[in-house]
Amino acid sequence: MTPTSADTAYGYDDLRRLMSLMTGDEKHGPAATSTLDVLWVLYDRVLRVTPQTAEDTGRDRFLLSKGHGPMAYYAVLAAKGFVPQEWLPGFGSFGSPLGLHPDRVLVPGAEIGSGSLGHGLPIAVGSALGLRAQGLTDAAVWVLVGDAELDEGSNHEAVAFAGAMGLEGLHVVAVDNTSATYRRPGGPASLFAGEGWSVTSVDGRDHEALYEAFTAPHPGRPHAVVARVEPKR
Amino acid sequence: MDTMRDRFTAVAGRLLDEDPRLAVVLAVISGERFTDAARRHPDRVIDVGIREQLLVSVAGGLALAGLRPIVHTFCSFLVERPFEQVKLDLGHQGAGAVLVSSGGSYDIAAGGRTHQAPGDVALLDTLDGWTVHVPGHPDEAEALIRHAAADADNRVYVRLSEQFNRSARPVSPGRFRVLREGRAGVVVAVGPLLDAALEAVADLDVTVLYASTVRPFDAAGLRAAVAGTDAADVVLVEPYLAGTSASFAAEALLDRPHRVLALGTAREELRRYGTWQEHVAAHGLDAAGLRARIGGFLAGSRRPVGLAGSGVG
Repeated sequence: MTPTSADTAYGYDDLRRLMSLMTGDEKHGPAATSTLDVLWVLYDRVLRVTPQTAEDTGRDRFLLSKGHGPMAYYAVLAAKGFVPQEWLPGFGSFGSPLGLHPDRVLVPGAEIGSGSLGHGLPIAVGSALGLRAQGLTDAAVWVLVGDAELDEGSNHEAVAFAGAMGLEGLHVVAVDNTSATYRRPGGPASLFAGEGWSVTSVDGRDHEALYEAFTAPHPGRPHAVVARVEPKR
Repeated sequence: MDTMRDRFTAVAGRLLDEDPRLAVVLAVISGERFTDAARRHPDRVIDVGIREQLLVSVAGGLALAGLRPIVHTFCSFLVERPFEQVKLDLGHQGAGAVLVSSGGSYDIAAGGRTHQAPGDVALLDTLDGWTVHVPGHPDEAEALIRHAAADADNRVYVRLSEQFNRSARPVSPGRFRVLREGRAGVVVAVGPLLDAALEAVADLDVTVLYASTVRPFDAAGLRAAVAGTDAADVVLVEPYLAGTSASFAAEALLDRPHRVLALGTAREELRRYGTWQEHVAAHGLDAAGLRARIGGFLAGSRRPVGLAGSGVG
């Protein structure tokens, strides 16, 4: 199934070709594409943000916290018109705005610079609080984290606090490729559930299941979607 | 007289009433002082609990959402513990904030090393774009906090301490103030050490500059002061790690031979408790300690030391 959008020339089927502009290889292993389906469904069907509204105060915000392996992210940003496709081949070079970890100052549409693990979710807590304080309660904040990234203590500060605050504007999608060194009993879901979040676990390759999980109501609570993909090892 | 911290918490509460863009972010410390403000502004007084990484990250997120966060806790937990958050979640994101620390280098002296943070300004010096205010009086603290809150989306650090001078000077962010002029050298006194520095050099023929803002470092002001002396001898008197501003002074005077005596807290861990006054003395930052070292430094100049008084040297 290939969701497409009327306002872009690119669809899901173009993403691997766009990624190949960065890697020179059409065949990408599961690790390089672990976030691909999640990112596509979010940008194609869930997030209320476009290149034209990327500076609006009331836009939805997507924070890529797991900044490693951002080719899928750049491909989706290019497909949706945030960054020019012509930028992709320069990926990682000195003159390119597209680094091996994204920099929000350089990449149109990137809400944060990331790379050091455990920063996106805590920042997202602040943004969700800031939007709420300004009455912008329709604006959703989304963060993508990896299951291993959740080991960072800073995430535990953020998950516990957001749960206690009932921060409804905050959403996390945890891409779970079982890469954590010591897997938590119950996986990532138990971390969020233990702090009072709304939690759904789905197949991270199933677009309909992802969409349903992303759009499930969660009144009075932050929402976490655990997207299971192929194990890293 | 109220302390700088008293003044900060009172002023921050009023600032929340005046400016809807401002938010106060806390990690328990001083939370009880914001109870009324939190009642008036429940969404803009945020206490994250004992979570200092989150304290700074939340500030970054608030700034990215369009607010101007004022972040407060003790020095050691505001700059040292969450240093990567300061570096990345504020600096790297291009996000602005006002960080207001209390506790200075050793205000909580009886608390020991865990509550002492003399390296805070030096740490911030490893990053770009930080303004650093070191008020020397509660009135200066109020003026500088108000200035910082209205300072666009800049990154500003305000360092509060228990120690303060008998009287307040007008603040002049970015410029040192000339308090006295002399010929034998230039003393730059920072914030709460001004009274002790003035007392220490009372009988020396030196220029005294007062700095309640140390970053940006007023290189032009220092150069102008040095130009008016017979010897390019500069003494820095800082209430935090000795030498913190030495490289800035050296850069300001790059084109002329000069000497710099950088006074501040010592790097060695004292392992002492007691009071902040005892720590000031132990680091040689009281008037007597400053007098001995400044006198010796100026006496070691190649030029004759111009002494205003007699029997001193």
